[in-house]
Order: sequence, then C-alpha cells, then structure tokens
Amino acid sequence: MNFFKRTIPLIIAFIMGIMMAFQYYVPHEASQSLLKVVTRWGITIAGFAVFIGAYSLFHLHWNKIKRKVPGWGYSTFVFFGAGITIIFGLYNGGEFFLHDKQEGTMFDWMYFNVQVPAGATMFSILAFFMASAAYRTFRARTSEATILLIAAVIVMLGRVPVGALIWEFLPPIADWIMSVPNMAAKRGILIGVSIGAIATSLRIIFGIERAYLGGGD
Amino acid sequence: MDKKTDVSILTWILVAFCVINIFFLVTGKLGFDAKGLGIITAVALTLAMYSFLYKDNPVFKIAENLFVGVAMGYWIIITWFNILKPDVFEQLIVPFFKDTGNAPQYIVIIPTLLGIFMLLRFSDKLSWLSRWSFAFVVGLGAGITIPNFIHAFILKQLTFDSLIAGSLPDSINNFLILLGVVSVLIYFFFSLEHKGVIGGVSRIGVWFLMIAFGASFGFTVMARMSLLIGRIQFLIRDWLGIIQ
Amino acid sequence: MERLLKIDRRIIFVFVAAAVTIPLLIKFDLPVIATKEVRGIYDKIDSLSEGSHVLIAFDYDPASKEELQPMAIALLHHCFKNNIKVIGMTLNPGGTGLADSAITEVGNEYGRKYKEDYVFLGYKTGVELVMINMGENIYSAFPKDFKGNATTDMPALKDVQSLQDFDFVVDLASGSSIEAWIAFGKEKYNFDLGAGCTAVIGPDMYPFLQSKQIEGLMSGLKGAAEYETLINRKSSAVAGMSPQSVVHVLVVFFVIFGNTLYFMTRRKK
Repeated sequence: MNFFKRTIPLIIAFIMGIMMAFQYYVPHEASQSLLKVVTRWGITIAGFAVFIGAYSLFHLHWNKIKRKVPGWGYSTFVFFGAGITIIFGLYNGGEFFLHDKQEGTMFDWMYFNVQVPAGATMFSILAFFMASAAYRTFRARTSEATILLIAAVIVMLGRVPVGALIWEFLPPIADWIMSVPNMAAKRGILIGVSIGAIATSLRIIFGIERAYLGGGD
Repeated sequence: MDKKTDVSILTWILVAFCVINIFFLVTGKLGFDAKGLGIITAVALTLAMYSFLYKDNPVFKIAENLFVGVAMGYWIIITWFNILKPDVFEQLIVPFFKDTGNAPQYIVIIPTLLGIFMLLRFSDKLSWLSRWSFAFVVGLGAGITIPNFIHAFILKQLTFDSLIAGSLPDSINNFLILLGVVSVLIYFFFSLEHKGVIGGVSRIGVWFLMIAFGASFGFTVMARMSLLIGRIQFLIRDWLGIIQ
Repeated sequence: MERLLKIDRRIIFVFVAAAVTIPLLIKFDLPVIATKEVRGIYDKIDSLSEGSHVLIAFDYDPASKEELQPMAIALLHHCFKNNIKVIGMTLNPGGTGLADSAITEVGNEYGRKYKEDYVFLGYKTGVELVMINMGENIYSAFPKDFKGNATTDMPALKDVQSLQDFDFVVDLASGSSIEAWIAFGKEKYNFDLGAGCTAVIGPDMYPFLQSKQIEGLMSGLKGAAEYETLINRKSSAVAGMSPQSVVHVLVVFFVIFGNTLYFMTRRKK
C-alpha cells in the first residue's frame, strides 16, 4: 500500500516535472500538444480547489459554533452570507444553475452591494493604522532606519502632485530613487527569490521536498 | 469609555443613518429599488467596517463575517459558471443526455478524477489519493517554473547596460545599478562569512535594501490612502451626493 | 511631551479622515503630470491601428478596487475611443463582477457591440497554466465567454489564435500575476506587455521596466490619474489626487513630528 500512498505520488511529480522542464527546449508539435493538454488538465483540477477552501472555512466556523467558543455567534454570519449567495447563484435569476449565468440577478446584487464595499473598506482601514504607525513607531534610531525614513519621505512627497509645489526637484529625486537604488535592490531580491524557486522546484521533482504530500504515511 | 457610552454612540449613529436614508428615500434621491437599497446596504457595510476604528465591536464583526461568507459563496458560484460547468459538465456530462453535436470528451475524466481526488484530502481513509492530484499539479508547476524563471528572471535580469554610457549621469546610474544588484545578492548569500571585503559590500547591499524598503513604505502609504479616498468618494458622492 | 507621544490613536484617525474628506469637499486641482512609465502604455495603445486586439487581464478583486478600477476604466476609454477590440479576462474570481461591469459600461458608452467589438472571457484558475494554455490556444483555455457564448467564430476574436496574436496585453494586478505574465506569457510567447498594479507592488515592478519586459507601468491611483490626464478625461482618480497630496503631507508631518518629540524626550531623560 505504501507504493500507492508514497511512491506513486513521487513518481508522478518526478515525471511531470522532468517532462515539463524538458518540453520547454523541444519546440516540436507533439511537445506543444502535450503542453496544451496538461495545462488544460491543470486548469480543471485547480478548479476543484475552491471546495478545499470552502471546506476549510466552513469547518473552522462550524467548529466554533459547535464548541460554543466565545464569539461563536458571529460565525453564523459566515454561513448566512455564503448560504444566500450560493442560493441566489444557483437560482440564477430563475434560470437555475444548469443554464448560462444571467446578468443583473440577486447574486450580482450581493456582490456589488456586500462583497465589493465590505472588501474595499476592510483594506482601507489600514490607511489609518499606517498613519498612526508613522507617528508612533517610525523612528530614525539607526543609520539604516534613517536611510529608510528619508527615502520614504522623499517618495511619499515626490510621487504626489503637491511634491513639485513644495520643491521642484522632489519628483525627479523620487523618480531616481525608484529607478536606480530601488530598482537595483528589487532586482537583487528578484534574482535571489527566483533562484530559491528554482531550487524548490528541483527539490520537488527529485522528491526531497515532500510537504505537498501532507502528513500521515 | 464605558459600555454605556459605546451603546449611546452606536444608537446615535444608527438613528442618524436611518434618518438620512429615510429622507433620501422619501425625497426620491435614492430610489426604493435594487439600486437605491443597494447603495444603502453598501453604505451600512462601509460604516460598519469603519466602526472598528473606534474599537473592535459586534457590528464590525458581523460585517466582517458576512463579507467572508459572501466572498466564499461568490467564489464557489463563479467557479461553477466559469470552470466546472463549461469545462467538465458541458464537455463530459451534457452530451450523454442531449444532442449537442459534440461527443462526450472522455479525456476530461482524467482531470475530473484528479480534481475529485484532491477533495479526498479531508477523508480519513482515502486522503492518500489526494496526493496523486497534488503531485500532478505541483510537479507540473515545478517543471514549468525552472526553464521559464531561468530565462525571464535570471538571464534577462542579469543583462546590464554598459558602464560607459552616453552621458556621465547615465554611466554613474548604470554603475550604481550593478553595485546595488551585486551587493544585495552578496548580502543574501549566507554561505560566505560577512567579514572584510564581503562584509563591506554586503553593508552597501543593506543601504540599497533600506532605500528600497523606504520606497516600498512610501508606496504602501500611497496605496492605503488611495483605498480610503475611494471609500470616502463613495460615501460623499454616491450616497450623500455632496460632490459630483 | 511624552503625553503627546502617547495620544489616543483615534485622534490621529480623525486627522487622517479630515485630510481626505476636506480636499474632496473644497475641491482644488493640482497639476497631474504623466510620468514616462504611464506614457509607455498610453503611447503603445495610441500607436495601435483600428481593429487591433488588446487583451486586458483584470487580475484584482474588490480589496484593490479603488486603485485599479479607475485605471481599468481609463484604459477601456482609450481602447474603445480608438476603435480597438477589447478582450477581457481575469485570474481572480473576485474580479469577475468588477471586470464585467467596467468593460460593459464603457463599451456601451461608445456604442460598441458585445461579441463584435469586445468580449469578456471570464475567470479561469491556475494562473501560469492559464497563460501557457492561452499561449498555445486561446479557445482551449476559454471555450466559452463569461456569459456562456462559444468563443470560436466570435467576431471580436477574429484572427486571434493564441497570446501571440494580441497586439498588446495589459495586466491589471493586485498580486503577483504580472511576474507570471512575464515569465509564462510574454517571454514564452513573445508579445508586448503593459502593467498596471496597486501602489504596494509598484516598486517591485521597476526591474521589469528597466529590462523592457514591460512596455509601461501604472501604479496605484496616481498611475490611474496620469492615464486620465493623458486621455483628457479627468475622473475619480484625478479628483483623488488633492486628498492624496494632503494626506501624504500629513503622514510626513507625523513622521517628522513624532521623531522630533521622541528625540527631545530621549535627550531630556
């Protein structure tokens, strides 16, 4: 049984990895067709991942309700929100879900009037906390912190229209920071991260990295 | 501040919110239709979210959990209409029952099975089958990453402009870019002890990184403020109608 | 002085709210000058002939709507005004509604017809897998559009077989999709790519600008405001630049004031 549980997945990852890495260097029609087929399969498989996300979320909140942990009542709103959205989605404006998606239904209404405003607002709250952090914790304690702070101030002022009114050289200095030192550092990080991603890919292909197998035997 | 104050603040805000909306509905500024009620719902959620700025409170938590639920519901339905319905249901199942002019695409069975196997991750007995699906996707991802990343993010990014450029400022900038990339890479290279020349160069790398982090901080402030500006525009333009 | 350093953060919040709201109410215009990064995208679209195909990937969701939706709308105005065929898609499930509404509303404004002048292909998951699949054959990745119409023989997609056939591709991103479009799209299938992104990831995109892997870059609401200025259609992004300026000055003031207080109290101790 271990063969099916451990060896086969490692063989699948190895074959897929080696095949797709070499495919890049073989511009043959058969090789292109293979790429088309496996990426098409990948899209379909990845489509099912939504249910993994849904299970994790609902499981978490169901447990909160079941165990009556403090604040469990709020978890019911997760089920309420998901429930009515799914019902409206399946109802599909009276056409039901086996037909094509209809426009202007209650499902769309939920999206535009619940998900969009709540999602957009949630992340805008951080604006207030960033301003608070700028006042309370952003300190020029060391030379490195001072460099960071000066760069941040120049960029913050130089990238908005008022920058040029304060000092005409602020926007060009901000542009220089962005396209020379910032660019160089981000390129260094990019190359480093890419080498890391390639190394991880090799570890997966050769079965050294097995985290994707999950726990158990 | 005590609970009593909190409750009275909440009550007053609620009263003000209701009065304004009733006024808008009565005067016809907001229609008693899907659009008008939609704006009222969106405003209610926006204000509920912002109530967190006062302190963590039940109104915020309700809005937050409702949002999480709706977003998940939306994701599920959109996945059905955009992926599972056209790519699986209509290609594999519909042709069995209806003459669509196309034969069932039996090849779709393979990714469908692998997709279903993936969901067995939560089963006690059959979770091992999900490993086959993950191995397929992860192996595929690893395979395509290696050559494409080498080409796009390493070879292309290691192409530098000549140090002898048309003008002196350009030459200095090209030199600084080369110095920045090399010093940042040396800083991240932990296999070498950061002493002597290596230590000096990696220190230069730290300065470059600090400038970059400063730039990122500045841009992050800009991003968050833009989101806030958008929401305030919504409140005073689309709801209150104070600005055009 | 220490009391000033430890003031209730809600007082700071009030200042921030005022710095954003008052400039919107008073309404004063500040000059928005387009940078060469934004001009890169504008010039590319402006150089396209009528009937060219532009693919716009709306890879963002409501969390970034306030930054990227104005950008998308400005871009769509430019495309539809120049009679360019627009093909929309998204790799983010939360972005479908926003993308669909933007493309339809602006398309209608110019009297463009769905399926003939523009189409919204909808959402697919798998990011790089979708890009590669589109690079091999776009009808394989999107056999149907968002509304369920078959994509083959759709007039808006005439002469388009794969990513290579697009005259320009623009990715509007709130995550790491621009990197994926570069590695698995542009570099593999060789097409011109432009990028629009949230300001948070803007600085990370500069290496790609310098290596010319992207033709241009719009970052954040400022990028959208610059594009609105270029197409001469000032809207919510340009209107947002005065509060953006005031609130940035406020944050800089907070940084300087906070540091001054901090060092003064430290010296006293």
